[in-house]
Amino acid sequence: MSHTTAPDPGTARSDAGASTGQQGGGAGSRGPLAHLQALTGNLRQSGIFLAFVAIVALFAVATDGVLLSPTNVTNLVLQYSYILVLAIGMVIVIIAGHIDLSVGSVVALTGAVSAVVVIQGGAPWPVGVAAALAVGIAVGAWHGFWVAQVGIPAFIVTLAGMLLFRGLTLRVLDNVSLSPFPDGYSAIASGFINGLLGGNGYDAFTLLVFALGVAGFAVAALRTRRTRQGYGQQVESLPLFALKIVLVAAVTMGFAWLIANSRGLPVVLIILAVLIITYALITKNTVFGRQVYALGGNLSAARLSGVNTRNINFWVFVNMGFLSGVAGVIYSSRSNSAQPNAGNMFELDAIAAAFIGGAAVTGGVGTVVGAMVGGLIMAVMSNGMQLLSIDQSTQSVVRGLVLLAAVAFDVYTKKRAGITR
Amino acid sequence: MSENILEMRAITKTFPGVKALEDVSLAVRRGEIHAICGENGAGKSTLMKVLSGVYPAGTYEGEILLDGEPQRFSGIRDSEQHGVVIIHQELALIPHLSVAENIFLGNERLSVRGVVDWNRTNAEAGELLRRVGLRENPITPVGQLGVGKQQLVEIAKALSKDVRLLILDEPTAALNDDDSEHLLGLLRQLREQGITCIIISHKLGEITAVADATTIIRDGRTIETLDMRADEISQERIIRGMVGRELGDRFPERTSTPGEEVLRVEGWTVRHPVQDRLVVDDASFTVRAGEVVGIAGLMGAGRTELAMSVFGRSYGKYVSGKLYLHGQEVQARSVQEAIAHRMAYATEDRKTFGLNLIDDIRGNVSAAGLRKLSRRGWVNRHEEVKVAEESRRSMRIKAPGVMSVVGGLSGGNQQKVVLSKWVYTDPDVLILDEPTRGIDVGAKVEIYTIINKLVAAGKAVVVISSELPELLGVCDRIYTLAEGRTTGELPARGASQERLMQLMTQEKDTAR
Ligand SMILES: Nc1ncnc2c1ncn2[C@@H]1O[C@H](COP(=O)(O)OP(=O)(O)OP(=O)(O)O)[C@@H](O)[C@H]1O
Ligand SMILES: [Mg+2]
Repeated sequence: MSHTTAPDPGTARSDAGASTGQQGGGAGSRGPLAHLQALTGNLRQSGIFLAFVAIVALFAVATDGVLLSPTNVTNLVLQYSYILVLAIGMVIVIIAGHIDLSVGSVVALTGAVSAVVVIQGGAPWPVGVAAALAVGIAVGAWHGFWVAQVGIPAFIVTLAGMLLFRGLTLRVLDNVSLSPFPDGYSAIASGFINGLLGGNGYDAFTLLVFALGVAGFAVAALRTRRTRQGYGQQVESLPLFALKIVLVAAVTMGFAWLIANSRGLPVVLIILAVLIITYALITKNTVFGRQVYALGGNLSAARLSGVNTRNINFWVFVNMGFLSGVAGVIYSSRSNSAQPNAGNMFELDAIAAAFIGGAAVTGGVGTVVGAMVGGLIMAVMSNGMQLLSIDQSTQSVVRGLVLLAAVAFDVYTKKRAGITR
Repeated sequence: MSENILEMRAITKTFPGVKALEDVSLAVRRGEIHAICGENGAGKSTLMKVLSGVYPAGTYEGEILLDGEPQRFSGIRDSEQHGVVIIHQELALIPHLSVAENIFLGNERLSVRGVVDWNRTNAEAGELLRRVGLRENPITPVGQLGVGKQQLVEIAKALSKDVRLLILDEPTAALNDDDSEHLLGLLRQLREQGITCIIISHKLGEITAVADATTIIRDGRTIETLDMRADEISQERIIRGMVGRELGDRFPERTSTPGEEVLRVEGWTVRHPVQDRLVVDDASFTVRAGEVVGIAGLMGAGRTELAMSVFGRSYGKYVSGKLYLHGQEVQARSVQEAIAHRMAYATEDRKTFGLNLIDDIRGNVSAAGLRKLSRRGWVNRHEEVKVAEESRRSMRIKAPGVMSVVGGLSGGNQQKVVLSKWVYTDPDVLILDEPTRGIDVGAKVEIYTIINKLVAAGKAVVVISSELPELLGVCDRIYTLAEGRTTGELPARGASQERLMQLMTQEKDTAR
């Protein structure tokens, strides 16, 4: 994580664990210190994962295991999916050195438009989805125009947008809630794919999907490793590599087992998985993604390196708008209604997720996967505290402190690594 | 009191993955000008940061004795209280604040508690400015001053803190000869007043001229301390200590065989981005394949402005002028278009315009050439690492690996990363703006060698430099620029610094 412009060997790039294997590829210069650096870099990377595991363990114990019960795990996924979707867009906005305060209002507006089209207008539900996404994209283009073309700071533009689109939501809905959506629409957020292959008290199909996913991950990791070796780069030792794969597989299949024992594979989880994988790849591996990091790190240098900074900034906001639309659909689908005050304060959760997940206020640093873990930390905490019937006021205090602690921990580890200035 | 104002003993400082200093010792006598020399990344800046508390006690090993007393500075403020003040390699003034405000920043002159006394602030600032020989109004915003004057403001700021030991990290790197001369004169004056100075510089001429003693650092170790007063120490002697061997030719030989004309700029005129004045006024020049063309000019003559505006109009407002590549008139209205036309511009200001300091070497080297590394928008990251690795090797960038963050490299190595970035785009025309600023003698030769290789491969190279010997050493032809106009063109062979200076200072009415 990084919250200053300080150089940080571990996190300036998005390939969290992957880069450590390449550290110190320099011939001959790889002393014990380089190994130490790789290790501490690794620790800092894993810090966020460790924190996540610790929080899960803490609440699992405190709730007598209820937190990890199949029903609750499924609920958790359903309940926080739209925040995670927003966090994907938000972390990219933050990497580019901006912020978006309007996403809560946009979630409300897109949901409202969809409701008007489907519930009032009687259009088939996919038209509602399309309308919501289109509105989201239009809103993003609006922000992008002011930020990229006119050059107004995103903080101002999206603050205005927050008010503007909340107002429009009230207009569109005429100040009343609309419900219910047709079944097809509400299935987006509350539907399950279930029973396709049967199973004995658990859903075999869910397990199969996850098993395929894990296998895919293992194959991809192995191929990356091979290619890397082919290019003469250093890779982690085989046992360590295998251990990593096994760990990931075990955790993933454990999670699969839990949801398979509940209602099966949530549709929204599929949407989320597709988005996460797509955006993780886009940020890491495409010219667009790399240029977002470049301009967030040093705008002038990026411009002089031929990065079309206006274009990139514009599309970053269009993308945020699109994902806000997706979140708007999921949220309205889940609540099976469109409400004037929907999505209130969602922007703060999304921003917190990005920062807990290692993004830097100054831009140029952050990862999609980190933001997801950050979002999950917030989710598990809220959910756990609800299960323990802790009152709202305490919940708010705790969440605020955790955000602060996460960032403080980051600053501390970076100081210790000797990168103070 | 001991004769030595400062002794540093057995200083060792490590960064993750790098041992920047190992058992370094330094003794500075009271009232002398003590120079520190060494290659890029030798550890000079790090040693001075240890001394001035930037790296506080506990983050390094070893002992610091000031006036024979052991000191453990907890930060810059602590060291400043003991009269040790550092002026960093990069200027640290705030452009929008006035000269006086900058001088007393963090050290404000107050009337009642917490309220700034402006009369005292400005009056005392005026006094300090007189001491450093700067005739400027203390209420002028610092951003309106040139680099040379800003450097003097930095010194005035140091003086305001009752400095006894002044550390200057490459103070003249960005200054022209006149400003450097003035600054060195000021150091001599300060010496008269009993202020001890430590100066880091890659300009060995300055060191032989001004230093009383020179300590040489190589690879994080002290090699030797030369007494400059006792013996006649030559630049070659210092270089031998720095690189550990005889350094052959300062300007490697090259047989010049210019070919076809590659770049022609005609009547290039550019207006200042905000003010209503021309920064480049009807400038013209040509470069041929396999040719190195120099552009000489004083600070503010519009050299950088000319280069940047030619390179995709990345500076100022284009007014008029034509650009020909390989005899064809082309429009390059953006940096992307310029790159597509195989032009490249390596900036003089690597921190602001050249590098993403929080990114690694790999990401910086590929920044301008991502298109070459990608197919349908997807970057081949393995190829990217390979490319970066090749650059690191061929440019001899001193770093643990290509995943090292560029912000942690020494100045010279950062410069090589900027060069690598542009060399990788495989340009036909490469404009190098102050390519050896802040670079050690050995690395300079390496960069000249790289330039030679590029022209041998048929590239056209433009070198902008404030160092006239450098222009005379590496170029085939030199243009002079004064007040945005090209005032002369002459072959480097046979040209003299005096002749160049004459053309560079030509007034408007006498031109043409
Ligand atoms: N903050 C840092 N993090 C990691 N490594 C660092 C850091 N600062 C310096 N180094 C390393 O320490 C070594 C010495 O650097 P230093 O800046 O002192 O060199 P220098 O002698 O001042 O060089 P130059 O002449 O180029 O300014 C280099 O190898 C550099 O990469
Ligand atoms: Mg230095």
